[in-house]
Amino acid sequence: MGLLDRQFNNSNVIITSMENLLNWARLSSLWQMQFGLACCAIEMMAAAASNYDFDRFGVIPRATPRQSDVMIVAGTVTLKMASRIKRLYDQMSEPRYVVSMGSCSNCGGPYWEHGYHVLKGVDRVIPVDVYVPGCPPRPEALMEGIIKLQEKIRRESLVKKSA
Amino acid sequence: MTFDEITKRLRDAFGDAVVEAKSEGVPEPFLKVAPGKIHEIAALLNDDTVLRFDFLMCLSGVDNGKETLGVVYHLYSMEHRHRLALKTDLPAADPKLSTVSDIWPTANWHEREAWDMYGIVFENHPDLRRILLPEDYPGHPLRKDFKVPEFYNGMKVPY
Amino acid sequence: MPADSTGTADTPLTTSTGRKIRREEMVLNMGPQHPSTHGVLRLELVVDGEIVVDVIPHIGYLHRCFEKHSEAMTNYQQVIPYCDRLDYLASMNMDWAYALAGEKLLGIEVPERVEYIRVIMAELQRIASHLLALGTYGLDVGAFTPFLFMFRDREKILDLFEMTCGARLLYNYIWIGGLSHDIPPDFVTKTKEFCRYFRPNIKEFNDLLTFNEIFIKRTANIGILPADVAVSYACSGPMLRGSGVKFDLRKDDPYGIYDKFEWDVPVGTGEVGTVGDCWDRYMVRMREMEQSLNIIEQAIDRIPEGDVKSAVPRRIRPAAGDVYVRSESPRGEIGFYLVSDGTGSPYRLKARSPAFVNLSVCPEICRGYMIADIVAIVGSVDIVLGEVDR
Repeated sequence: MGLLDRQFNNSNVIITSMENLLNWARLSSLWQMQFGLACCAIEMMAAAASNYDFDRFGVIPRATPRQSDVMIVAGTVTLKMASRIKRLYDQMSEPRYVVSMGSCSNCGGPYWEHGYHVLKGVDRVIPVDVYVPGCPPRPEALMEGIIKLQEKIRRESLVKKSA
Repeated sequence: MTFDEITKRLRDAFGDAVVEAKSEGVPEPFLKVAPGKIHEIAALLNDDTVLRFDFLMCLSGVDNGKETLGVVYHLYSMEHRHRLALKTDLPAADPKLSTVSDIWPTANWHEREAWDMYGIVFENHPDLRRILLPEDYPGHPLRKDFKVPEFYNGMKVPY
Repeated sequence: MPADSTGTADTPLTTSTGRKIRREEMVLNMGPQHPSTHGVLRLELVVDGEIVVDVIPHIGYLHRCFEKHSEAMTNYQQVIPYCDRLDYLASMNMDWAYALAGEKLLGIEVPERVEYIRVIMAELQRIASHLLALGTYGLDVGAFTPFLFMFRDREKILDLFEMTCGARLLYNYIWIGGLSHDIPPDFVTKTKEFCRYFRPNIKEFNDLLTFNEIFIKRTANIGILPADVAVSYACSGPMLRGSGVKFDLRKDDPYGIYDKFEWDVPVGTGEVGTVGDCWDRYMVRMREMEQSLNIIEQAIDRIPEGDVKSAVPRRIRPAAGDVYVRSESPRGEIGFYLVSDGTGSPYRLKARSPAFVNLSVCPEICRGYMIADIVAIVGSVDIVLGEVDR
């Protein structure tokens, strides 16, 4: 939406496509569902706190799925937790996105081999848009993940869902 | 009190129920007692004014292999500042043991965990449910012969 | 004080106009995904109106099979990354506790330099952990700003760790017999700088949160844990000291070189309420940060020269036997029961995690309070679900 800024020079009329406007609105205020599960949750908190300040991307932690656009699954998903994640994901309203943060929720992480109670990847229960690798990923890495998600939303189409 | 004095005190009170006392050649001395007497021994350890083991640091289940399971109590006395490791062995086919959660309330959750992980039944326990795993999880995972289930509630478990 | 809940669910209440109202208990579910439960703890609350009659904690939503993994490893040192992930807010303390167990089993001594560095790391970690605990506790009871202030300072400690071992959160730094590598050259000056910077900030936190009227109203006289209950439930750490029991493993069952330093053990005194209430537990943590600073300042100038890896064994194959070794983590007594069968990997490793035990007293201290107080009580226990569920 870089072209949007230049339209402000003379008048208050903006001409853009509906698609661009919707995408711009969506990507600029990604309210995240705070889904802290394990170690990564601490880095997610650090990302939201003073030094990294997620607010500048429009990412504000919300405590309820009804008000949030993106679910950041931060931490190890266990079998006991998996059904709860599915349910909370179902409660989120469309359009909804999922960021899988950290190796555990990507693929089981260090618990992939002997984890009898660990789900090897949150993508086995809900669809994931962006994977952020790391154990745990630094806040910068999570930021990159959010920027990648914004890029993805920017390319979305009203007619067909972008891959 | 030293380990030998504690052993003597227990031997005097319970005789043969103290199966083994080992303090040499091991990193930490321990007492092995008969499983049937565990509740009485625990009560004495807690109530006796010279022993006064009022702080149960840890209660662990162990799979000894060789068809036996074990339970290990690590005790500490806040008053006298001495400690004791108490062990008992159970047959793996029918592991039953009296609870000590009425003596040390902290044992409640530890015993639930031992039931969850090893299938050790603590008799007279107020609330013996699984604590970490879901209720319908198959098997007791820390037993050495545990096989990871292929599926749980429709979710694939192995990688 | 617990709110008055006269009568039981069966006895009807009478209104001022003489009308009888039927009372009923209700089950309310809190968690596993709730912002104030510090992770995936689920509490089943039995409530009578706004008053909590009983609390049934459900844990295990983060059970990551730590004990199975440690049995399955091929080497004793390989367990350390998993110890990191046990208590991800105090990885250094966890590593150290496990290393102590391994060293006792092997019967090895570590060089003096290693001991000093370990103490400094553990105390820095304690401050970082308490900062997060206190910051999120402020969030729980409705104060957002202290959280930002405390995270700002926590980041400075994480920078020190990052410069030492490259990781911000999970370090794999303390190994059995030594350290993964030596401290960088400017670590000492940077740490001193941090101590100078941080000490006045504690006063700032006190002004901002501790003696705030609203904060005191939310936490004083709430969740009172009497000392005898605390001991019978084997509570430890700030939970036990908040109840007025002066018991700290660093003093009372010393390990490492803690006996070489001058410092004090803060206990709850019931300054604004009753001994053992939420505010006392909070204040113990706040005062412990000062004491940790004292220890760091004494240790940082006395680090001797030496090789930090000289005592790390090439091959770890202890004789058959078992040890229970405990040390003081920011949450309390972390104990490892380590069993060796003479092979190269642990036969059994049980972690006695402080938060697991501290949480088990939760129903005792929650009964009779309001639902909103439960948030304050659970926050003051300072649980980390990684070690509760392991």
